[in-house]
Amino acid sequence: MRHGFAPGRICSHWEDQMRILINGRTVDEDFIERVEEISEQNIKRCMQCGTCSASCPMEADMDLSPRVVMHFTQMGLRDVVQGANTVWICASCHTCEARCPRGVDLPKIMEAIRLLTLRKNKDAVDPRQLEATVIDEAPQAAMVGCFRKLTA
Amino acid sequence: MKVSYYPGCTLKTKARNLEDTAIGALAVLGVELVELPRWNCCGAVTSLAQDDLLHMLAPVRDLIRAKEQGSDKLVTICSMCYNTLARANLLMRNDAEKRDALNRFMDEEPDYAGEVEVIHLLNFIRDEVGWDKLRAAVRRPLTGLRVAPYYGCTLVRPAEVAIEPAVDATVFEKFIEALGAQLVHNPGAFDCCGSYQILSHPKQALAASAELLGKAKNKGADVLALSCPLCDYNLGKRQNELVADHGLESKLPTIYFTQLLAVALGLDSSLCHFELNHEGTRSLLEERNLISTVAV
Ligand code: SF4
Ligand code: SF4
Repeated sequence: MRHGFAPGRICSHWEDQMRILINGRTVDEDFIERVEEISEQNIKRCMQCGTCSASCPMEADMDLSPRVVMHFTQMGLRDVVQGANTVWICASCHTCEARCPRGVDLPKIMEAIRLLTLRKNKDAVDPRQLEATVIDEAPQAAMVGCFRKLTA
Repeated sequence: MKVSYYPGCTLKTKARNLEDTAIGALAVLGVELVELPRWNCCGAVTSLAQDDLLHMLAPVRDLIRAKEQGSDKLVTICSMCYNTLARANLLMRNDAEKRDALNRFMDEEPDYAGEVEVIHLLNFIRDEVGWDKLRAAVRRPLTGLRVAPYYGCTLVRPAEVAIEPAVDATVFEKFIEALGAQLVHNPGAFDCCGSYQILSHPKQALAASAELLGKAKNKGADVLALSCPLCDYNLGKRQNELVADHGLESKLPTIYFTQLLAVALGLDSSLCHFELNHEGTRSLLEERNLISTVAV
């Protein structure tokens, strides 16, 4: 199976490269508040079961699995969460939302975290980098969807 | 019967095969799809931010056009348009504060409160045509063609806009059976193809696509039926890459559900624009004598 359910895993290269310091001063309350405000979700509802990560079609390539994004957001680790590729790989497929036993709307949380970057006028994709054949052949729904989700 | 119809951008260009077969087939079933005047792009994806009303304007304007036409129903075919319009409609129905803000912002438009119902064409056929009438209209039953339904994400998630509850959905299955085809149970029917990430993270989107196509292929499907031009791009048009680089063992043609309908109703296959499909779709139907061989 491509997406193994590994509740303890953060991601392999993360474990290799990083140690994460957590103490009173690392908790960015403003980050937590902004994510909750934009998503209208209570991030404390998440009980870290990992159903979202196990359901996610894009999880294999994420720096942090969806469960870990929830965990680190609960801990206010703004830089770690915003520095990971997770929210930029999320395809807004809503599989996690459909399956979360705690009723957490994780796609909304992913969007809130994306917007905290995009609203600083930083793009996550550069339309000029697309290959000509892709521009020729890709449906408008892909272009509009991608640029809506990943550009400022 | 006439019903308001929202085509969306992709159906007018890269998915003409989806639009032309829908209009042609519905006409045979006695339904005229009346295109909205002055429609605009729905935005393709819903804004999930609760403080972002601006991106609701586009889909709500389309709903207002339908109300202006005097319709209480708006039919869409593209799965992404369906999802975006249906979610915007629910917001206008259920959230008084945001509805007021949007109506005040668009003070040149008549007020809107979700009066129109957004309906996907599959549900429209189920409710307004009915399986018995559809079965009776079939002139060229798709006998022996093993068809796997693929709903994808946006027809079934989130639950409040699902065309039928995902786990128990049968509308696509009943549609396939009504056309005389052999239904193949598809364990990947609700999986995600990677969606718009095909442009920014193609490797990951193609991996997701290969995995779900493999599930239908393993069940012995001849063809995968779908309703979304973006899914068809990832699963159909990019399929050679899935076989070459992502472990898909063999090809599986893809087809829009409206093309299956057009073929079963005996419509001229030139209407189907198979040149816009996966390369194996036309030859599969020719082999099964479901369409006549044409020189291209
Ligand atoms: S499925 Fe829900 S409760 Fe479980 S880890 Fe994911 S967000 Fe948290
Ligand atoms: S919405 Fe995003 S995080 Fe959730 S399952 Fe889909 S791709 Fe994964």
